[in-house]
Amino acid sequence: MDKTQNNKAWFLVLPVLVLVAFSAVIPLMTVVNYSVNDTFGNNEFFWNGLGWFEEMISSERMHAALGRQILFSAIILAIEVPLGIFIALNMPKKGFWASFCLVLMALPLLIPFNVVGTIWQIFGRVDIGLLGHGLEAIGIDYNYTNDALDAWITIIVMDVWHWTSLVALLCYAGLQSIPEAFYQAARIDQASRWSVFRFIELPKMSGVLLIAVLLRFMDSFMIYTEPFVVTGGGPGNSTTFLSIDLVKLAVGQFDLGPAAAFSIMYFLVILLVSWVFYTVMTTLDAAETK
Amino acid sequence: MARITLRNLAHSYFPNPKGEQDFALKEMDHVWQDGGAYALLGSSGCGKTTLLNIISGIVRPSHGRVLFGDTDVTEQETALRNIAQVFQFPVVYDTMTVRENLAFPLRNRGMDAGYIAGRVNQIARMIGMEDILNRKARGLTADAKQKISLGRGMVREDVNAILFDEPLTVIDPHMKWELRTQLKQLHREFGHTMIYVTHDQTEALTFADKVVVMYDGRVVQMGTPEELFETPAHTFVGYFIGSPGMNLVDARVAGTTAHVADAKVDLGAAYEPVSGRAQIGIRPEYCTLTAGPGLPVTLRRIEDVGRHRILRAELFGQPFNILAPEGMAIGADMTRVAFAPGKIGVYADDWRVAGKAM
Repeated sequence: MDKTQNNKAWFLVLPVLVLVAFSAVIPLMTVVNYSVNDTFGNNEFFWNGLGWFEEMISSERMHAALGRQILFSAIILAIEVPLGIFIALNMPKKGFWASFCLVLMALPLLIPFNVVGTIWQIFGRVDIGLLGHGLEAIGIDYNYTNDALDAWITIIVMDVWHWTSLVALLCYAGLQSIPEAFYQAARIDQASRWSVFRFIELPKMSGVLLIAVLLRFMDSFMIYTEPFVVTGGGPGNSTTFLSIDLVKLAVGQFDLGPAAAFSIMYFLVILLVSWVFYTVMTTLDAAETK
Repeated sequence: MARITLRNLAHSYFPNPKGEQDFALKEMDHVWQDGGAYALLGSSGCGKTTLLNIISGIVRPSHGRVLFGDTDVTEQETALRNIAQVFQFPVVYDTMTVRENLAFPLRNRGMDAGYIAGRVNQIARMIGMEDILNRKARGLTADAKQKISLGRGMVREDVNAILFDEPLTVIDPHMKWELRTQLKQLHREFGHTMIYVTHDQTEALTFADKVVVMYDGRVVQMGTPEELFETPAHTFVGYFIGSPGMNLVDARVAGTTAHVADAKVDLGAAYEPVSGRAQIGIRPEYCTLTAGPGLPVTLRRIEDVGRHRILRAELFGQPFNILAPEGMAIGADMTRVAFAPGKIGVYADDWRVAGKAM
């Protein structure tokens, strides 16, 4: 076959390639470069192979941060997802109050992360904060700056306040798409409230719910600003999550090699979990359609 | 099972209805006999579905009462009314299998498992889904889902009534016949009161013993298919039932004669002077194109529909349809239309006026 070979069309892909290279690949390669070299500045690099990776993967400090991170994400999901569903189920479906609730729910989502941190940092202070002072006034010993449990509670409550709206709004959108006929049919079939939730609302919400879980997992797994502003990772290391530890390592101690190796592993963990999520989602979908 | 009584029932979707035009359902008083097969027929937006939803309790009427037997159920929840309803579009529980879907209404009533299994198999056989009982409902086609909805509607034996809201819209024509026949058979077998909403006259006439024709929020006639055909109580019934519908011609009625323009038509009965807009109505089936005596018509078009031909004509400038049997030759000299005796109806402001037989 004398087919004309003309590959000029590939040039059309070039702009995207350049863009992606500058936005993602090249910065990532810099990190890769740091992770396999040792440097003392002056742009001098000494080959270190997988040394930093080996060091980081067996580092007690990183294990502890990872443990805290997983615990944090698990607690966040366990609270925000059911709470979000519960709120969505109880929001008015139409009329003035529906719009009112939507705006009210969207408000925390619009506040910048560091402002959220600052708000709660002050709110929780025992000397001037409404929450901290109030708790002390009614005789509860609360001080997030020197009690690890109080610090955790503060950060979790803050995150729930900040992000439950996202889950609720997504679920609300899922609920709104259910035709009225389904509820009518359930009444005709004499279904209980639980059955309506279990067989109508939950299946119809499952798509958005998985997205909500995925988003909340990724966000909470990468959380930095808010705990940094509120507790700075303390007291001690009790609220030092992965990203906070990473910054301490890279910017505080200037250990660029270990930090780079660590951030690559961090990135891979998130990528892996998201991929697992996505695969489970799509196979569940396919299995149910069969 | 129960007789359904609608007492002074009316419904408006507005909180403070100003006049009659604000009512989706105008005031009505009807008794639906226990075990009857009724069809609610009417064009879109005439209030059929509203009426159905009031009976099932999905909509609470703004005026009047609904009675099942002797019990007033106007304020009762849908779930407590023990009624089955099938909607226009399929409603299935996606995550359940076909079997679980069919069993759902029975389980909710706490029926015995053995009974449920037997009953579900029986219904599955009827809707032809025995071999896919264990499949998830989610991946099925729209008409399969609608069959499940129908099955779920019929699975309970002790329901007060089964309501169908245009249930065969998404089903293909062949299956429509079959399902309708099965519904009919089911009705004969169990004697449930069935109310079937449709805008398709064939569906209504083949399904029901009694057809209820609705127009503009009002029940204009309730009768057997034959009554609707022979003596439509309202011009809408005349126009809606039959294909093509009844011919309606403006006329002046005096005694036993109607004057159409300058021609005279013998009505075969005596009428009191008619107030308001007077019309005479006659079905195309009872008109004959002829060369003999009759009213002058101008033939515009002939449509051959197989069994017979529809002659589209004009009578004093108003459209007029005549049916001609298949073999009949139509000559150029046939310029008049003759009416079968006793088949002419007189309408005053759209309502039929009874004549006195002579």
